Amino acid sequence: MKKIGKGSWEQFWLTYKNKPGSLAVLICVILAAAITVGVLFSLIIYILVNGVVHLKPELFAWEYNTSNMSMMPAIISTVYITALSLLMAVPVGIFSAIYLVEYAKRGSKLVKVIRTTTETLQGIPSIVYGLFGYILFVITLGWSYSMLAGSVTLAIMILPLIIRTTEEALISVPDSYREGSFGLGAGKLRTVFKIILPCAVPGILAGVILAIGRIVGESAALIFTSGTVAQVPGSLFDSARTLSVHMYALLSEGLYTNEAYATAVVLLVLVILINAFSGFIAKKLATR
Amino acid sequence: MDKYTIENLELFYGDFKALKNINMKIQEKEITAFIGPSGCGKSTLLKTLNRMNDLVEGCKITGTVKLDDQDIYGKIDVNLLRKRVGMVFQKPNPFPMSIYDNIAYGPRTHGIHSKAKLNEIVEKSLRDVAIWDEVKDRLNKSALGMSGGQQQRLCIARALAVEPEVILMDEPTSALDPISTSKIEELAMDLKDRYTIIIVTHNMQQAARISDKTAFFLLGEMVEFDKTETLFSVPKDKRTEDYITGRFG
Amino acid sequence: MRKYSENIMKIVFLTAACVSIIAVILICVFLFASGVPAIKEIGVSDFLLGDSWKPNQDLYGVFPMIIGSVYVTAGAILIGVPIGLLCAVFMARYCPKGLYKVLKPAVDLLAGIPSIVYGFFGLMVIVPLVQGSLGGSGKCLLTSSVLLGIMILPTIISVSESNIRAVPEYYYEGSLALGATRERSIFRAVLPAAKMGIMAGIILGIGRAIGETMAVVMVCGNQAIMPDGLTNGVRTLTANIVLEMGYASGLHREALISTAVVLFVFILIINLSFMALKRRADR
Repeated sequence: MKKIGKGSWEQFWLTYKNKPGSLAVLICVILAAAITVGVLFSLIIYILVNGVVHLKPELFAWEYNTSNMSMMPAIISTVYITALSLLMAVPVGIFSAIYLVEYAKRGSKLVKVIRTTTETLQGIPSIVYGLFGYILFVITLGWSYSMLAGSVTLAIMILPLIIRTTEEALISVPDSYREGSFGLGAGKLRTVFKIILPCAVPGILAGVILAIGRIVGESAALIFTSGTVAQVPGSLFDSARTLSVHMYALLSEGLYTNEAYATAVVLLVLVILINAFSGFIAKKLATR
Repeated sequence: MDKYTIENLELFYGDFKALKNINMKIQEKEITAFIGPSGCGKSTLLKTLNRMNDLVEGCKITGTVKLDDQDIYGKIDVNLLRKRVGMVFQKPNPFPMSIYDNIAYGPRTHGIHSKAKLNEIVEKSLRDVAIWDEVKDRLNKSALGMSGGQQQRLCIARALAVEPEVILMDEPTSALDPISTSKIEELAMDLKDRYTIIIVTHNMQQAARISDKTAFFLLGEMVEFDKTETLFSVPKDKRTEDYITGRFG
Repeated sequence: MRKYSENIMKIVFLTAACVSIIAVILICVFLFASGVPAIKEIGVSDFLLGDSWKPNQDLYGVFPMIIGSVYVTAGAILIGVPIGLLCAVFMARYCPKGLYKVLKPAVDLLAGIPSIVYGFFGLMVIVPLVQGSLGGSGKCLLTSSVLLGIMILPTIISVSESNIRAVPEYYYEGSLALGATRERSIFRAVLPAAKMGIMAGIILGIGRAIGETMAVVMVCGNQAIMPDGLTNGVRTLTANIVLEMGYASGLHREALISTAVVLFVFILIINLSFMALKRRADR
């Protein structure tokens, strides 16, 4: 007697012919996944198809002026602001995670408070960060619209992300490593820096890359902190616009759609690269 | 009457042959026990009887398994097969909902929505497994609050509620204490008047206590299949004898 | 010497851990200190319930924006939750391994695309589509809801997916063994077990939607009036801030900060319910 395969259409028909409800649900499920992927691909393809033609070499000129909306200064500012924010958030985030995982007593009151606050920070919308940065750094501390004000604001914004990913990375280091190191007479500090942190580097790195993605994509938190000046900043206290802010500025002026397309392409490619890299590291982690 | 007729059944997980040329007939309204050391294929065979093996990726089957002369690997509706062949799992697995909804889940699945009818089914099923009096006042409480033994009986009641013909039990007492175990065993013996029961057990005494027929499996092969009394008193195969006298396993 | 450095570093770690506490306190203090006086000056009910926002006449009623934010968020949830949840079901229960390798990074990428790019896409694609099929300017409540619905998809999907995956397999098998179809088993036995986690995901999505700024401001029309109809313009709390902060001064500027305070209070409530639900889901 011939068997019908588990995945065959015949079997499918036999299973669903009396169950129209289930069949409808199945179709909805597949449709939902198709819509999700479809939206993503149509967005990417739309931006790339319409944008690539506008990627002119002069858009990468050093100087931004009224006749040439070069995005080069914005690219450089993006790099500066990313580097500055990471410089502040990464050490604080890692140290904070080390305290939570290696030093704090489980379930202590302080740990609970820290957890609640990091979760709160994670939920605050970027526009609120922007206004906070504006009030505290720009106005109260008198830094005016500046790279520094923008970077500190972003550093606070990405802090919970760094803390969480580092925590996860530290927790996944087996306890036997700690015991092994203590067994050799190493102190806690030495164990943390020589044994545990090196093991956790890939996990931390994946978090840092995600944070870079958030910084590159951020606009609402920067407009009122680092401002929108489209020149290469000369000092920490100069205003600077990142690529995302550059794109917003182009769009809100309403005259520079083509340049906005080109900027969108650059942003999109950056984000895709960042995501791919973070995915690559995560995969490395999983196969380890 | 033969309920199941299994002919030349072989089962593969990828390249691994988990069942080798199984031929057996399982009698209606009896308890048939499958015994053998772990990994011998007894649970795998049980799962071919209601096609739960379909869930396992790379699982292939040759040969035939007939339920009342119908090839269950032929052109049939698997959902209907599973309605006819109920299953009780190793670990009690009540759904995270009320006791009432657990029992009503099956009937609702098969189109019964009348409140009166459902009430009747719930009461009858719970009486069948003898926990009606224990739970009748908390039918709307979560089933997860019951004890392990109660949960397992609830799961049996849940299986009974869809009016199956066969009940497959996959080591149903391995997660339970001795008192709960003996209750489940009594229950199984009560139920065999109305249902065909096939039970996988790693506990030879259990098989000897409750089953009418016993099949002994080793490394994917059915070594011996006979009346329980005969198999335990005068085993024909040396390997069966070694196993039941405790020389390995 | 070693003891000394051990102690120093322990204090350094502790200090770092306290930074997030300090940050939250600073945010609360500065936001409330700058926003609350203006609310007092305008009058609590005039500010929260006043239905006209006309800075040139010193009228600062944020009620239209509160309602705008609520409507837009509700619309986003109406669109994003069903699609996201079904997609999560597909990824957790149906997706072949090969396809998963495409789908998972796609969802991650969806989360990584900058809001401004979403806004641009909305402006160039969804706005003309809505304009063409339903008339009006196309910059409206519906467009904003669709765009935000897309933007919260990755949040809903990843939280739901991980919660569905965490449900023990025996619920699914138990249901199948009763003769239920695969779909019924997933939706009636597996999903109820993941309910709390999925709710937490939805609340997280609400937070994202209500706080989203740059994308919404591009497509919502920005009329500071009570929203009246799917194809009419709305203005959200977030849009209100971005649109006017650049040039506002005096009481106007303070009123905008007060707008952020209202938004912040919303977010705090949402956050607290998220944390409460997550804690229940983890148990």
